[in-house]
Amino acid sequence: MSGSAIANGGLMRWFRRGPWETGATILIGGGIVMLVQPFSLDLYSYSFVTILAGTLGYVIVSHFPE
Amino acid sequence: MTTILQPDDAMIPGVSEPAKSRATRRVRGLSDRAIAWLFVAPTIALLLAINIFPLVWMIRLSFTSLNLSMSYLPLRFVGLDNFTDILTDEDVWIRLQTTAQFVISSVALQVVIGFGLALLINRQFRGHSFWTTMILLPMMLSPAVVGNFWTLLFQPQIGPFNYLISLFTGVPPSSFSMTGEVALAPWTIVLVDTWMWAPYVMLICLAGLRSIPDYIYEAAEVDRASAWRQFWSITLPMTVPFLMLAVLFRAIENFKMFDMVNLLTSGGPGSTTELVSITLKRAAFEKWRTGYSSALAIILFVTVFGAANIYVKVLNKVKQR
Repeated sequence: MSGSAIANGGLMRWFRRGPWETGATILIGGGIVMLVQPFSLDLYSYSFVTILAGTLGYVIVSHFPE
Repeated sequence: MTTILQPDDAMIPGVSEPAKSRATRRVRGLSDRAIAWLFVAPTIALLLAINIFPLVWMIRLSFTSLNLSMSYLPLRFVGLDNFTDILTDEDVWIRLQTTAQFVISSVALQVVIGFGLALLINRQFRGHSFWTTMILLPMMLSPAVVGNFWTLLFQPQIGPFNYLISLFTGVPPSSFSMTGEVALAPWTIVLVDTWMWAPYVMLICLAGLRSIPDYIYEAAEVDRASAWRQFWSITLPMTVPFLMLAVLFRAIENFKMFDMVNLLTSGGPGSTTELVSITLKRAAFEKWRTGYSSALAIILFVTVFGAANIYVKVLNKVKQR
């Protein structure tokens, strides 16, 4: 196997859609919980950034190979 | 190359031969791609005008201090100030908590009632079709209609709901108001929303129940599994993806809920039932804080968009089954 194929294989292993999509989903879910929780105003303040990061991340990683 | 069948040129009266052949060549010259664009272009133009342009305009406004009651003032760019104001405002935070309480209680009730109805409707009995139609009726109504007639039903003096409660509890009908009391109003909007949307959850659950192959139950019968055991080991696990779908869909819809609650309580008494969509409407069309309300709308949009991504992911899992 050539070096570039090994490198491609390594990259493919890192950029699989499944785990990244799960990560982005957790980020979105966590952000929504932060937005509506009644305990900390600080968590509420950072909720939108978290949801935005998760949503943009999801849009990007959904183009990764299976 | 697409070939479009033309009527026999010689059959068209009053059209000269060279003109006919030019027209035929022009139509025949359109590629599949061009014809596809020709059909899709009006829809794309409408979509851009009605959906995309207002969205882009709203994003632009969210970074400004525009107040429509003082629109003569020059438009001032304020950067992320509107977002900072909202995300440090305790009132908006409380409205979001009210929304979450409404979403959690109504969706939980809808899932329990919807799933129960689906289990009942899944059995064959006399008048099965009639009862299915009757149960599905509320979700076919417009929220505006539902809001209006439940407002009448809840009238303390003339509404039959209070008389019904009085019949069972002995409390005088005009002594309480379902939409006017702090303790009752949040449950009133949950009750009406559940009445309207539990049939929808039932439909989704019914699809899940009907997708379970009979041979699994037959195998369970052979193994002498009890009905209770069959429910916990077969029915419930195989319906869970459908339940997840229903929960996510209803949660997204209820997070955006405006029309029905606005008609029933207008966010009152005080701000007990003020969902975040009503806060948004008040900021935009009562206080005329356009920049601020645009920023709030974007926060809600991103939240719903994120939740919709999760919804699509669950939907794909259900499809793979």
